[in-house]
Amino acid sequence: MPSEDPLVRDQRSTQQATSEARRDALARMVRKTVTFVVFLALLAGLYTGYKAFGQAIDDAQQDWAVVGSVLPRTDNLNMPPLSEIFGQFGETPGGQDQIYIKILFDEALFTLREAAVGFVVGLIIGMAIALVLAQWRRLEQGLLPYVIASQTIPLIAIAPIIVIWGRKNFDVFPWEWQNWMSVAIIATYLTFFPVAVNGLRGLQAARPENKELMASYAANWGQTLWRLRLPASLPYLFAAFKIAATSSIVGAIVGEISAGVEGGLGRRILREAFNYTTGPDRLFASVLGAAVLGIFVFLVVIGVERLVVGRQGKGAVV
Amino acid sequence: MKQLKLWRLLALLLAAALVLASCGNDDDDDSSDSGTPVAQATAASEEPEVPAATAVSAAPVVTDEPSAPEELQEISLQLQWVPQSQFAGYFAARDLGYYNDVGLDVEIIDGSVDIVPATVLASGGADFAISWVPRGLVPREEGLNITNIAQVYQRSGTLQVSFVDAGINDVTDLEGRLVGNWGFGNELELFAGLNSVGLDPQSDVTLVQQDFNMTALINGDIDAAQAMIYNEYAQVLETINPETGELFQPEDFAVIDWNEVGTAMLQDAIWADAGRLADDAMYRDIAVRFVEASLRGWIFCRDNFQACVDIVVGASPPFGGPSHQAWMLNEVNALVWPSPGGVGVMDQGLYDQTIDVATSQGILTEEPDAGAFRTDIAEEAVANLVAAGYDVYGNDFLRGVVQLQEGGN
Repeated sequence: MPSEDPLVRDQRSTQQATSEARRDALARMVRKTVTFVVFLALLAGLYTGYKAFGQAIDDAQQDWAVVGSVLPRTDNLNMPPLSEIFGQFGETPGGQDQIYIKILFDEALFTLREAAVGFVVGLIIGMAIALVLAQWRRLEQGLLPYVIASQTIPLIAIAPIIVIWGRKNFDVFPWEWQNWMSVAIIATYLTFFPVAVNGLRGLQAARPENKELMASYAANWGQTLWRLRLPASLPYLFAAFKIAATSSIVGAIVGEISAGVEGGLGRRILREAFNYTTGPDRLFASVLGAAVLGIFVFLVVIGVERLVVGRQGKGAVV
Repeated sequence: MKQLKLWRLLALLLAAALVLASCGNDDDDDSSDSGTPVAQATAASEEPEVPAATAVSAAPVVTDEPSAPEELQEISLQLQWVPQSQFAGYFAARDLGYYNDVGLDVEIIDGSVDIVPATVLASGGADFAISWVPRGLVPREEGLNITNIAQVYQRSGTLQVSFVDAGINDVTDLEGRLVGNWGFGNELELFAGLNSVGLDPQSDVTLVQQDFNMTALINGDIDAAQAMIYNEYAQVLETINPETGELFQPEDFAVIDWNEVGTAMLQDAIWADAGRLADDAMYRDIAVRFVEASLRGWIFCRDNFQACVDIVVGASPPFGGPSHQAWMLNEVNALVWPSPGGVGVMDQGLYDQTIDVATSQGILTEEPDAGAFRTDIAEEAVANLVAAGYDVYGNDFLRGVVQLQEGGN
């Protein structure tokens, strides 16, 4: 049908392209999910296989223990069977009235709140630092080393300081200072750094010709920032957010452990480590919970990135 | 297009901040308000999230307070570790209103891994602190102006535990063995004990850094494990013996008790800020009332065993379950009672022994001055308790028998 209206043809091919893209996306998701599941199964198989093999050797050696343990630490105290670890999620620990996965979920929410507040505050501070340093290059040379040095201080050294400060000296705020807010500060401490460093690079990443274009429009600083430099920095920023989100969780958990906050995954892990002798599977289960929380926030950042920047590549360059 | 996307990012951030902040009040209203903040946020657009939003969370906290009568003095107590029967007396005093009776409203602050009660106390983070004596004296020697005002525990709860077939029946048997210890000053009684029989801790035994649980002993990584009689020792007794399928029994273990060896160091005591005690008559008065109510809590826990266990278990979920807490209270009571000089009053002989060990092991360079502890506050508190008819000595106290369950449940 050579006489088809070119407009209609165009439209049809666009439709085709979108539906193909959609199918592609679906296929990609299925592939990703399958890979993920296969990988998990592989890990589980490795764990179980190591354990079974090690125990078989130990059993065979009972009477002639010459070689010693070939594969060490495969008993249930050191490597609880996966069935017990996952079964733990559905069990109700003594003295509690909820199943373990619900307990973990509540603790995770507590930790997530600290981490998220820390993330948002760290993001604001990090962006502020990036803006200031990008504006005054001299400052960059002078201050950046200190920003970097701040990250060489071990977290467990500053955690108790922040908690003690918080209790006594943060009553300048109009709300009552609570321990979890100190933990949020600890999370902030880990979060602001990648945002500041990547934000700085991102703000400097706009192409010279685009800057010249803005200059030819006589755009002022704010307009250039808003229309050119911030959009150009988004890919850098989101790379930073992914690091920052997971480290905010790490910061919150470490903060909880060292600071003595009355809830959260960190406290839970400390408790299960303490009770390891009588319930090793619970420690494994709670650590898994922490891992899931870290993956969750990572996925949230990716989701937001999709929403704001679009798929990777698109929007990266103005 | 670009602009729109940036706005979207800002709006998302603000919305997230607001939602988070509204979670902050611990009530269950966080699901309802996820819609509105976005609108608010985009409208307001700047100077965003933290101050405005967290103010929301502050409101309910503040409204909680006025339930207590106004004249109550608000003070805080820093514990050395998380809530457990080790601190039963203070929880009992709080929950039974003993603190309120003397005009105090006491906030009990959990300890944790990196919290040093003496430091928190000296920096003003708490008004009083619970700390082992050496862990208070060492930072004191380094310049913290704190003092021990009530020596609640009259004995040490630290043991060295081994399987009975390892044949470690007294300190000399540790020679050449793998000896677990926690470090951080917990090893001093052990070192002094080894010295007392002519062994050098650095060369005559192999020291192994041990976690705060008994896994290493059960794994066979160490021959003798450090254990608190009220915590880790209970843990092994809550563990299934793979050979019998039943819980391990006390007969399965040999125990070295530093109280018997004579190198025990004093543990839980109430510490106060020495500078404030000297300058501030009000603070001294509060200290007397605080010690008095706390000791009353300990007397309650001696005389009302099960009720006290219930208070601890209900205080905030402790690390070990109910039977573990029952075991702990039973043992802790035995560390407090009998108190020949009156509960909370320092026993000079045990203090001297503690100092001997600390100086001989080099954690204290010299004997602390006289201000390291004072008995006047505890004596005044004890006198008040005697006047009110309480038995402050517990001379006929007998340790009970606690049946541990698997996992301490």
